[in-house]
Amino acid sequence: MNERWIAPAFIVAIASAIGLMVVYGFTSHGNTQLEGLFFGLAFLGIGVAIVLWSKHLMPHEQVIQERHEMESSEEENDKFEELVQDTVGVVTRRKFLSRLGLASIGALGLAAIFPLRSLGPSPRDALFHTKWKSGARLVDHEGDLVKADRLQVGSILTVFPEGERPDDNSATLLIRVPENDFKPMKGTENWAVEGNVAYSKVCTHVGCPVSLYRETTHELLCPCHQSTFDVLDGARPSFGPAARPLPQLPLAIDAEGHLIAQSDYREPVGPGFWNRGHAPKEA
Amino acid sequence: MFRNFSRSVDQRFGTAKFANSQLKKVFPDHWSFMLGEVTLYCFIVVLVTGVYLTFFFEPSTREVIYNGSYEPLKGVPMTAAYESAVNLSLEVKGGLVMRQMHHWSALLFVAAMVVHMARVFFTGAYRKPREVNWVFGVVLLILSMFNGLLGYSLLEDLLSGTGLRVAHSILLSIPFIGPDMAWLVFGGPFDSPTLIPRFYVLHVLLLPAAIIALLAVHLFLVWYQKHTQYRGPRRTNNNVVGLRILPTFAAKAIGLMFLVTGVIAIISGLAQINPIWEFGPFNSTFMAGAVTSAAQPDWYMSWLDGMLRLIPGWETRIGGYVIPNYFWGGLVFAGVVFIGMGAWPWIENRYVKDNRIHNIADKPRDNPTRTAIGAAFFTLMAVIFTATANDVLATFFHVPPENITWFLRVALFVAPVIVFFATRWICRGLQGTDAHPASPGPSHTVMRTPDGGFEFAHGDHSHDDDQAPHEDPEGTKA
Repeated sequence: MNERWIAPAFIVAIASAIGLMVVYGFTSHGNTQLEGLFFGLAFLGIGVAIVLWSKHLMPHEQVIQERHEMESSEEENDKFEELVQDTVGVVTRRKFLSRLGLASIGALGLAAIFPLRSLGPSPRDALFHTKWKSGARLVDHEGDLVKADRLQVGSILTVFPEGERPDDNSATLLIRVPENDFKPMKGTENWAVEGNVAYSKVCTHVGCPVSLYRETTHELLCPCHQSTFDVLDGARPSFGPAARPLPQLPLAIDAEGHLIAQSDYREPVGPGFWNRGHAPKEA
Repeated sequence: MFRNFSRSVDQRFGTAKFANSQLKKVFPDHWSFMLGEVTLYCFIVVLVTGVYLTFFFEPSTREVIYNGSYEPLKGVPMTAAYESAVNLSLEVKGGLVMRQMHHWSALLFVAAMVVHMARVFFTGAYRKPREVNWVFGVVLLILSMFNGLLGYSLLEDLLSGTGLRVAHSILLSIPFIGPDMAWLVFGGPFDSPTLIPRFYVLHVLLLPAAIIALLAVHLFLVWYQKHTQYRGPRRTNNNVVGLRILPTFAAKAIGLMFLVTGVIAIISGLAQINPIWEFGPFNSTFMAGAVTSAAQPDWYMSWLDGMLRLIPGWETRIGGYVIPNYFWGGLVFAGVVFIGMGAWPWIENRYVKDNRIHNIADKPRDNPTRTAIGAAFFTLMAVIFTATANDVLATFFHVPPENITWFLRVALFVAPVIVFFATRWICRGLQGTDAHPASPGPSHTVMRTPDGGFEFAHGDHSHDDDQAPHEDPEGTKA
């Protein structure tokens, strides 16, 4: 393209700007595609015109310019050093006062950290508990109670404890597995009800919701980083970056046939953290 | 008129003599020097569109019931943040273009920055006296990436929760102080209601202010220390050969700014990005269901996410205390990469022991080892980047994601080594030639010796002063 295209490019820009105003002014909701297109063409038109102008109608004389030396002379450096030493000397001559001054600034700095603490109170035991309690009834996302025959074998449902605002740490997956294939872990033999098993939905990797279920292999899969858990084998990780099984929620059934929790989870749910094995003492 | 005005300004600020000297400044002209400019223009678009969005966005987790024009969401409970983002997309005329421009320009901003840094790296332009400006560049990259993460996390749509959840978990993983750190930064658990207003202030005030301040220093130093140039006729280590700022160079730069903005606007009009109304609100539905596969971060966070996917499920346990694997894969890996990048000028100098001032930038082939290290680093990043898409690739190629992950785990160690040696070999082959890397390799002349054997005639380039890379035309500092 040569300089003959400069004027047309400017004209395209003007026309596009007018087009943008028309789209904006004469349509009820605007039109995203046309707005972007006209807005962009207005800029492109001006850009092309200016670049062509600079390329064809402006001087391209190569100029040589000397670089100025960054480094100062020896004398200047010496002078500066002297200046710094003198200034420091004036202050440090008063040994006691200057040290006290430093200490006061240090103390103030330390004190200034304290308001920062208000930004985030200590988690205390928040990481060790969920809202599940002994006897808490299971409800689905709509708040409906769940009976033992609610699920078909091979299907899953996200449940929360009844009466609590659904929160992320309490999110639990109810899964109906074929009773004969299920191998409960030691000490958890009575945690399942008629093939209904419940595992924490919070991935033990970095806490995404484990929401994919491969029915054929009875595996739970986390959509974030593909951690895979074997449901029939205590939700042990069978592949991916997760290091621990999903904690299991002990289930029972109440007199009306609704599924309930025997207790809270027996271990912290979700991602690992430093003092996971050392729950703070109950206050 | 103008004369009177400029006189009266000059009497107060001495503008005339300052402008006369500065506007005559000479800038070397090369296409690769425009990459930093493109980065700057993307940032300007991010800034302007971002300011516009703040007039409509409500950073609050207050619960509201949607009653806008988008049918599928009618009656759905959601946060005010999500609702205002949906409204500014669907109800505000021109709002969606602005939002999409903000998102697209942010993606391009980081992309341009990475390409710009690659240029600076492969040409050795970070060497003395410009090491500090390289460090500022690395800090700008870090700030920009995290501000991007905050930006798409603020919208409280279904997918934004995953990024925050991962960030919270990575903070949790720090030995000793992890839980306290996570609570300090998030103000509580990761779905704490203080989160959105807090991250909003970081996103629109603190981090942009830091970026602008650092960018100003970065540009000032480019101006003050003057730009590097490539070797060429009449170019020495002590001069700058190029165009004066006025008028041609300035016109080109302004033209480029319009071109960049135009391209961003057209992409943003035609290519949909992050249609949050289709994802649905975050709320408790995050846990109740709908996050399915293909939960992907924005591209510049991918290398962190990919590493989380590649690390096997190992957990270090010492007497009940836990160091999760994503402490290494997330925080330590990111720290090593960032610190390694920032410290690179000094790391290199430990080996080359070069205290000279460098105003002449290398061609990548001039320093085969550096170029090979850079290429190996980008290969490593590419492998990790690919890992972020292991679920998408698995669906695409109809293989289990496990196989892809295993393949990438091996590639993580093997590919950078292969690329390192291949790059170094290519650079050495190109050395002393002016050949373009994409052209057929250097030719060899085979000589027949008097006794009937054959041998390569080694080209002697040392007489070719302009091109010979081993003869440093820079001369030592006077």
